[in-house]
Amino acid sequence: MPGLIAYGAYVPYHRLARTDVAAALGGKGGKGTRAVAGYDEDTTSMAVEAARGALDRDGLRARVSQLFLATAAPAYLDKTNATAVHAALGLDPHVLAADMAGSVRSGLGALVTAARSPVPTLTVLSDLRTGLPGGTDEVAGGDGAAAFVFGGHRNGAPVIAELLAHDTVSDEILDRWRLPSTSVSRVWEERFAEEIYVSLAEKALTAALDHAAVDIGSIDHFVVAGLHARACAAVRRTAGVRPEAVTPDLAGVIGNAGTAQPGLLLADVLDRARPGELIALVVLGDGAGVLLLRTTDALPVHRAARPVAAQIAAGSAPMPYATYLSWRGLLDREPPRRPDPEPPYAPPAHRRTGWKYGFVASRCEKCATRHLPPDRVCTSCRSVDAMTDEPMAHVRGTVATFTVDRLAATPSPPMLVVVVDYDGGGRFRCQLTDATEADAVIGARVEMTFRRTVTASGVHNYFWKARPVRMGETEGTH
Amino acid sequence: MGSHGIRDRVAIVGMGCTPFGEHWTRSADDLLIDAVGEAVTSAGITLDDIDAYWFGTQASGVSGLTLSRALHLPDKPVTRVENMCATGSEALRNACYAVASGAYDVAMAVGVEKLKDSGMSGLSGTAIPGAGDDSRGEITAPANFSLLAPAYAAKYGLAEEDMKDVITRIAWKNHVNGARNPRAQFRKEVPLERIRSAPIVAGMLGVFDCSGVSDGSAAAIVVRAEDAYKYTDKPIFVKALSFVAGPADGLLDPEYDFTTFPEVVASAREAYRQAGITDPRAELALAEVHDCFTPTELVLMEDLGFSERGQGWKDVTSGAFDLDGSLPVNPDGGLKAFGHPIGASGLRMMFEAWLQLRGEAPAERTLKSVAEGRSLALTHNLGGGPGECVSFVSVVGSQLTE
Repeated sequence: MPGLIAYGAYVPYHRLARTDVAAALGGKGGKGTRAVAGYDEDTTSMAVEAARGALDRDGLRARVSQLFLATAAPAYLDKTNATAVHAALGLDPHVLAADMAGSVRSGLGALVTAARSPVPTLTVLSDLRTGLPGGTDEVAGGDGAAAFVFGGHRNGAPVIAELLAHDTVSDEILDRWRLPSTSVSRVWEERFAEEIYVSLAEKALTAALDHAAVDIGSIDHFVVAGLHARACAAVRRTAGVRPEAVTPDLAGVIGNAGTAQPGLLLADVLDRARPGELIALVVLGDGAGVLLLRTTDALPVHRAARPVAAQIAAGSAPMPYATYLSWRGLLDREPPRRPDPEPPYAPPAHRRTGWKYGFVASRCEKCATRHLPPDRVCTSCRSVDAMTDEPMAHVRGTVATFTVDRLAATPSPPMLVVVVDYDGGGRFRCQLTDATEADAVIGARVEMTFRRTVTASGVHNYFWKARPVRMGETEGTH
Repeated sequence: MGSHGIRDRVAIVGMGCTPFGEHWTRSADDLLIDAVGEAVTSAGITLDDIDAYWFGTQASGVSGLTLSRALHLPDKPVTRVENMCATGSEALRNACYAVASGAYDVAMAVGVEKLKDSGMSGLSGTAIPGAGDDSRGEITAPANFSLLAPAYAAKYGLAEEDMKDVITRIAWKNHVNGARNPRAQFRKEVPLERIRSAPIVAGMLGVFDCSGVSDGSAAAIVVRAEDAYKYTDKPIFVKALSFVAGPADGLLDPEYDFTTFPEVVASAREAYRQAGITDPRAELALAEVHDCFTPTELVLMEDLGFSERGQGWKDVTSGAFDLDGSLPVNPDGGLKAFGHPIGASGLRMMFEAWLQLRGEAPAERTLKSVAEGRSLALTHNLGGGPGECVSFVSVVGSQLTE
């Protein structure tokens, strides 16, 4: 039986309180908080973090045959973003990596494509929602990513949720749109699309339920996702599911992450669903789509290491609204009197893809000394070209010493810098992110995270940073 | 194989040094022309008497043409050298070896740097293709050296406030010295509290914990020791020249603890061996050390053997390295107050040794140690940062060893 074999979610650390938007701009602003991608994050880096969570099981990486990255906020056009994710995950070169980029519905597209695929498929949904200051999209939006591995056919990996049925209906409807050159969506009067979406959802849901030969009353978790909040609410209310089966949309705490929202909501359900439960995922946008999944006995032992709820709980105290605006490029601040940041150079970045994207160091075959970055000559025994690859992205470490660099050019000064001594050997000096100065102390425990360090001359620079260990789960087995 | 040193085989017979500071109206050419002119005048010669040049600059020009074009030298060998903040010392070292080898009779070492034209805060660095992929964790110089402070404090049990007091004392001392130096960039004493409460730049380091970003040039004329008295009756003899480029493994190796520069320890040991020094704290009349940032000077006191491990902060606090202390350190104000035009700094340090050992320093900063008969001075440069650096140590003296 085909189905889901792994999943992971990523909720960025930062939060924006909606009341702070109102305090700055007037108006009501709304309740609660939204998740905010860091100044050093984009949809590609968040996709990596989510996918790392999904692949954090023995042997899973080697089974993946294709990777799709779905986003409405691609870091690049023309250039594939999924290849950066592919490189950061250290997947085999023959694994197909391709983008499904542009529309929010590409998230549904990627999920259904993966679910239908005859080969094990990693699909990552990632989005960074933005809008004009004070607008609904800014206030109600959210940032995040989720990753799913579908497979299970002739594969050996236990299925944690069987795919019972799915259905999609497509409809050309002008309810939300954005020209490629702009960052702000436009929305038709909401009530126009509401009735259409309710009807489309009913069609898709009925088809899927019929195909699976299950009754709507047997749905244990009813997940409805989409940017049309009124339509989603109407579907939840009128579909006929048991009221207790309707799952929360998390909008109050992390906002609506657009392309990634169905993924985040599904991950949240998988975090707590019991074996044998029926999950219906309904996604609205330019039509409707439904996936019907039944959890298996394997779910409790193969849940994601970082539950969505834990990531929400580990979020930061609300950030200043002005900081949010400057991170999003909506508030130009005086730069430090330093040289402009350098863009990465293509040839050295390509030569060192394993290090730069995968954080793969080297280990001396003669004396076992770890080298970050990878070296040809051992710093300990001076052996030459006697090194093996040493993946370090999953290895935690301890801060040996640190500084706070107030002169360095960074979108979010000051730059926190730590010297990390890794468990099992090896040392590297790098930035500390998702942290305050209080987190930079000798002895602090840190883990590695993939980030967009800077964008210079129109080129994104990706590399790894350390972040404080905040969630107490045991270390993954990579 | 072996390192043999050239003790007492060459002498410095002329030196020049511009004031260091913000020379908005002067170019690198202007500065080096002034330093070279002062050097040849002090030796009583002309440029025609110089047989070869070693020219040090980190980023204010490439190739020997930078010097030969400015001076319009007629077909002389000019070698440009670069070794980060030890660039000026490296130029001197090579000039000394050229004369000691017998290849030339008279060589000149020149260092220059023009930093203030960049418009940047601090060192703007140089673009190295291939370093732009962000995978080396590049940070600013003050941040790099500030890594020493928490590590030192943790190892020796100093509270953060106490550590701040120690580095503040170092900055205060060097400003006191610089205030007595007409060529220094900063010529005012600064109260301890003002240093301590200055805006923070990186880690524990405030503005006053950082060396001055400045423009300047310095030059030295080197001849065989036996020829020295033809030029001056007060030559300075080279006792030791020691330089190491470390394996740069401190940022790779968890064994390195950020409370020392092993490269400095190694280069000092070699310099003391060449010079025959066994107790540097007692034998040296003065030391000019690379106080790029205040924690650097603290660590250097231990690495250069002036203080026992873990005791340097006590010696700093007790005034052992003050102008009237048991071993004056950076009597000219150091990088802190004299300023730090990269390629010129090593030669500027030598210029202070030259003045002090010849008894030509201004009266308000003459050294009791010299008056009491000590005749040796040490200069030290460090380039890079904790964990990966180059280190230079020289010892010079006003007397020939018997």
